[in-house]
Amino acid sequence: MHLLEPRARPSKLMRWTAPLIAIVATLLAGSFLFWSLGKPVLASFQVFFIQPMTSSYGWSELLIKACPLILIAQGLAIGFKARIYNIGAEGQLIVGALAGGGVAIYMEGSDSSWVIPAIVLAGALGGAAWGALPAWLRTRFNAQETLTTLMLSYVASFILSYMVHGPWRDPEGMNFPQSIMFSDNALFAILLEGSRVNTSIYITGFAVLAFWLFNARSFMHFKLEVGGHAPAASRYAGFSSRQTVWFSLVVSGMTAGLAGIGEVAGPVGQLNLNISPGYGFAAIIVAYLGRLHALGIVLAGFLMALIYLGGEAAQVSLQMPFAITGIFQGMLLFFLLGSDVFIDNRLRRSA
Amino acid sequence: MIEHLTPILVGTLAAATPLVFAGLGELVAERTGVINLGVEGMMLVGAIAGFAAAAETGYGAAAGLPAGALAGAATAMIFAFFALSLAANQAACGLALTIFGIGLSAFIGQSYVSYSLPGLKPIAIPLLSDIPLLGPVLFTQDAVVYLSIVAYAGVAWTLTKTRLGLLLKAVGESPESAHAIGYPVILIRFGAVAFGGAMAGMAGAYLSTVYTPLWVQNMSAGRGWIAVALVVFATWKPTRLLLGAYLFGFVTILQFHAQGLGLVLPVQLLAALPYLATIIVLVVISRDRKVLQNNLPASLGKPFLP
Repeated sequence: MHLLEPRARPSKLMRWTAPLIAIVATLLAGSFLFWSLGKPVLASFQVFFIQPMTSSYGWSELLIKACPLILIAQGLAIGFKARIYNIGAEGQLIVGALAGGGVAIYMEGSDSSWVIPAIVLAGALGGAAWGALPAWLRTRFNAQETLTTLMLSYVASFILSYMVHGPWRDPEGMNFPQSIMFSDNALFAILLEGSRVNTSIYITGFAVLAFWLFNARSFMHFKLEVGGHAPAASRYAGFSSRQTVWFSLVVSGMTAGLAGIGEVAGPVGQLNLNISPGYGFAAIIVAYLGRLHALGIVLAGFLMALIYLGGEAAQVSLQMPFAITGIFQGMLLFFLLGSDVFIDNRLRRSA
Repeated sequence: MIEHLTPILVGTLAAATPLVFAGLGELVAERTGVINLGVEGMMLVGAIAGFAAAAETGYGAAAGLPAGALAGAATAMIFAFFALSLAANQAACGLALTIFGIGLSAFIGQSYVSYSLPGLKPIAIPLLSDIPLLGPVLFTQDAVVYLSIVAYAGVAWTLTKTRLGLLLKAVGESPESAHAIGYPVILIRFGAVAFGGAMAGMAGAYLSTVYTPLWVQNMSAGRGWIAVALVVFATWKPTRLLLGAYLFGFVTILQFHAQGLGLVLPVQLLAALPYLATIIVLVVISRDRKVLQNNLPASLGKPFLP
């Protein structure tokens, strides 16, 4: 006798309460973790989840971290609806950053107002190309995108490492693996004095709007959803599964590439080995936590950004390794998946 | 050229060993219909647990490997609870396990950075190790390399020759029928997932207590994912898995000998070779849809609620 039984129809209520249950469960498991490490539970929570939100600087940092997560997750959500699992957004982010960063390096010293548009375009194309590769491998050779996208992220990180150790290394960087700092003309302009918030947030803002409209209005989105829910019906209707694969991977690659640009032409300001603290992977959780919905993803993105900021704060105030962020991310995804089960199932009533 | 061959082949076997362990474990889990993408995470938790046990007890790999296996199996149980007891999406649960394992191992590992272990001395088998070329390759390895071959033989024998093997495969092909006959499907899958976790943990502990032997954050560097890809490449057959692992061991080792072989490429690009090779083997094996369809455990990745 199993403890679950299928519901007659999926629960709409559960679909939107599952993320909240997951968050509460993560907090409970987190308390247990803090307690078992001998840290004061309430004070730790204060540092982790409240402190980052008590200053305007904290809020601006929250926005900076949420933007790339939201941007990538919007793109990933497109594919996830069609059951195209791009788990290599990290690599697409890196290649986007490399392409855009290359433009910044080669246009060093230029005062043209086209530098930023050129960087953005290069980043979008770079990310899209890194997404197109697994799309080609899938449509041409039937190779599963899950593993190929992930393998390509490792390849991307080695290319990045090569470029900042070799051709693009800053000659005056004391041999550190990093490029030159980009000139102001190649950086997004700061929007809020005294913070790192810059004009790249417009890209995320525009993307949220665009994906929201796309999800609500377009026929392509309908085809994606049918393909995900009922592949047979989708084939019968003559919807092309190749088109779905290409579209999902290229679009999600592009958003990841743009997120990479937001980092290197934003807070990071150069190419180095730490351009992303795993945004590409965390965005997968953001997409699911946001229910693959454009606006849900915005909320989820801020929560995930808070986990990143909390991890940084815990490092400083609680002398905990930053890796605690990964532990929280993993727990959150587990609890979300566990709660999601109750959308289609319920606890078996004892007969 | 030829003077490089012996060290390359000797290194190949050692480099392949973590892939043999992790791959065999994943293969058994997938044969029962469970795809666990958390191999990378379990490997890292095994690596740090093994390293900690080896460092704290002073018994080295002898303590490290069992500790790694235990830790791997324990983390696998988190996956099993969500993916099997709650029947949540297996692929996503595996991903969660990997993210969790990377974080947990780095968290624990903080206090073991810059700590080093003695490692394991190779065991030269008398007489046999004197055979030219093959002797050093096959008979001067460390004990764990031999153990991995024993593990291969054990898994291959169990799957093909025993009642247990038949049962595992039956659960993977049709959990409904196995359940109807009265076999505890979920329990059997729990066992297979635990075995997969133990093997992945052992693979990680081999890396941290014998192969390197140090703890470095994220030290498995994608080997867990390569092991998952190898299972597909092996079309779920242990012997092909073993050969595939050696192929990857060879590609991994090649980068360290590239210069001697006259191949002048930047180290970072050489380091990318195993990942590119993974993509290539996936393409080769997936090109013919029939090959995968005919070998794929029928219930792979599908949640089962009795």
